[in-house]
Amino acid sequence: MTGQEIVFALLGAVAVGSGIMVVTTRQLVHAALWLVLSFGALAGMYLVLTAEFVAWVQVLIYVGAIVVLLLFGIMLTRAPIGTAPDLDSGNRWIAAAVAVATAALLVTVVVMGFGDAKMPLEAGGGSAEALGSAVFRTWVLPFEVLSVLLLSALVGAIVLSRTDIGGARSRGKGD
Amino acid sequence: MSPLAAAPAADPTLQDFGKDPWWLIGGKVLVIFVFLVLTVLISMWVERRVIGRMQLRVGPNRHGPFGLLQGLADGVKLALKEDIVPRQVDKVVFVLAPILSAVPAFISFIIIPFGPNVSVFGHQTALQGTDLPVAVLLVLAMSSIGVYGIVLAGWSSMSPYSLLGGLRSSAQVISYEIAMGLSFVAVFLFAGSMSTSDIVAAQHDTWFAVLLFPSFVVYVITMMGESNRIPFDLPEGEGELVGGFHTEYSSLKFAMFFLAEYINLATLSALATTLFLGGWRAPAPISTVWAGANSGWWPVLWFMVKLWLFIFFFIWLRGSLPRVRYDQLMKLGWKILMPFSLGWILLVAAIRAFKNEGYDMQQITIVTVVVAAAILGGTILWEMLRGGEGEEGAAAEAGAAPADPFAGGFPVPPLDAPHYHGRTAGTGARAATIGTRSEEVTRGTH
Repeated sequence: MTGQEIVFALLGAVAVGSGIMVVTTRQLVHAALWLVLSFGALAGMYLVLTAEFVAWVQVLIYVGAIVVLLLFGIMLTRAPIGTAPDLDSGNRWIAAAVAVATAALLVTVVVMGFGDAKMPLEAGGGSAEALGSAVFRTWVLPFEVLSVLLLSALVGAIVLSRTDIGGARSRGKGD
Repeated sequence: MSPLAAAPAADPTLQDFGKDPWWLIGGKVLVIFVFLVLTVLISMWVERRVIGRMQLRVGPNRHGPFGLLQGLADGVKLALKEDIVPRQVDKVVFVLAPILSAVPAFISFIIIPFGPNVSVFGHQTALQGTDLPVAVLLVLAMSSIGVYGIVLAGWSSMSPYSLLGGLRSSAQVISYEIAMGLSFVAVFLFAGSMSTSDIVAAQHDTWFAVLLFPSFVVYVITMMGESNRIPFDLPEGEGELVGGFHTEYSSLKFAMFFLAEYINLATLSALATTLFLGGWRAPAPISTVWAGANSGWWPVLWFMVKLWLFIFFFIWLRGSLPRVRYDQLMKLGWKILMPFSLGWILLVAAIRAFKNEGYDMQQITIVTVVVAAAILGGTILWEMLRGGEGEEGAAAEAGAAPADPFAGGFPVPPLDAPHYHGRTAGTGARAATIGTRSEEVTRGTH
């Protein structure tokens, strides 16, 4: 095993371990912090694979924006310090079974698909230039479809959060 | 200055990095650390003296010559104070928060270029910690990790003031980070790179502050928002939130928040210098009459001058501007800076694309100006036509439901205003005006 592989495996262990902590901890804010650690380990794995751009975007978007928004939401609604008893769910064994089954399926697919085939790391393969040309030349249609999906989610959120537009009270309709 | 360093090939590029021996890397990190700590001490003193001057008082002048040792004395005092940890707080997070605030602030300075290649003990190296192909993203990522320090400090302190400060701060920093990232895009488009040394090299002819002036303006405004300082210092507005997110902190933990704030100030100023003001390059009149101004150790001087001009600008604004209201802050960030940045990026990208296609630059400029003027004129016309209606509606509404400011026995703002809930809380008299009210709200011009 080379040094790179050892670091990669360690980061993977950190990501999976902190992922388990996210769903098992009884403290709401701690769960968000474990999620940060998991995302950070993932960014580290991208760095090991020489994809610098992806790694820093991972930190910027997932660590810096999404989890901060999660924390923001938690604090705006309720943010108990200490353990919260209602964080447990009766479905936990079913959920665990589904999670294990999904993981087993993914691992099986990857092992059957690639086995122990190895690809050489090419420096600059994950750089901004390579990624930009891949996204905007080869994969431009999926990219645009995804952005339409995000837009519809955005519109949906606005419709849900605004009480003055909607079917029940047509009188309050604005424009 | 060695003759070798004066050669035009002295400008560092991305390929020059990652070749330093271990002692040089350690030395650079140490120098940057010491530089940041000294900058914090000096900028605290400069801030208090300059603000004092602007407010017609003296400022600290007792410790050392001109009071220069005041920062040191304050640091010792802070370190010797009792370290209070409130009961019932989440101790791990409470201790983690100041660390999360200070450490990223130190890290992001590693990619700031202080100067070109110089000779250190016979070893050619660039005056820059290191450089990455995505160096500017690193700064953005670090500032977004720094937000955790503030959010977690606010949450873990078990105090409503802290919580409110943390909430305000996280919302503010996230909003302004988007506009800040957008203001960088035009720079990346023109420099063709995200590495700071390449961006400085791309400004050898014209500074981006001149070429991309709108981006520069947007950056300077968002920089104020990111640094949580006046006029955008709502997270710690003394008048309303005591100390904001660090109300419950004392001793060295508080000192770390303080350190982080002033390092962020230096980082934002250094980033502005690097991205828009030509980095370590000498300003035009000096570099035209003196060929050696951009080589050797001299560029450190130009860099420092620009950096301190920016820090002075921060202090000047603090001395002259009042604090904005929170909804004004959010409105400025989301409704003005972001659409403006997007439009500007569209324009810059279109100009670049036409230039790459080989169109005449003059022709592009004329067409751009005509189109921009047409859009601007159309918008103004539209606003004038629409604005008349809005005033009418507002006047009608003002006549319909006069708010009673003394409803609870003492003057309070109307908490059931549609602005906060999207609808009125609904007594019989108010229900009649729902139609006009919601119409006014959805238009968003009030």
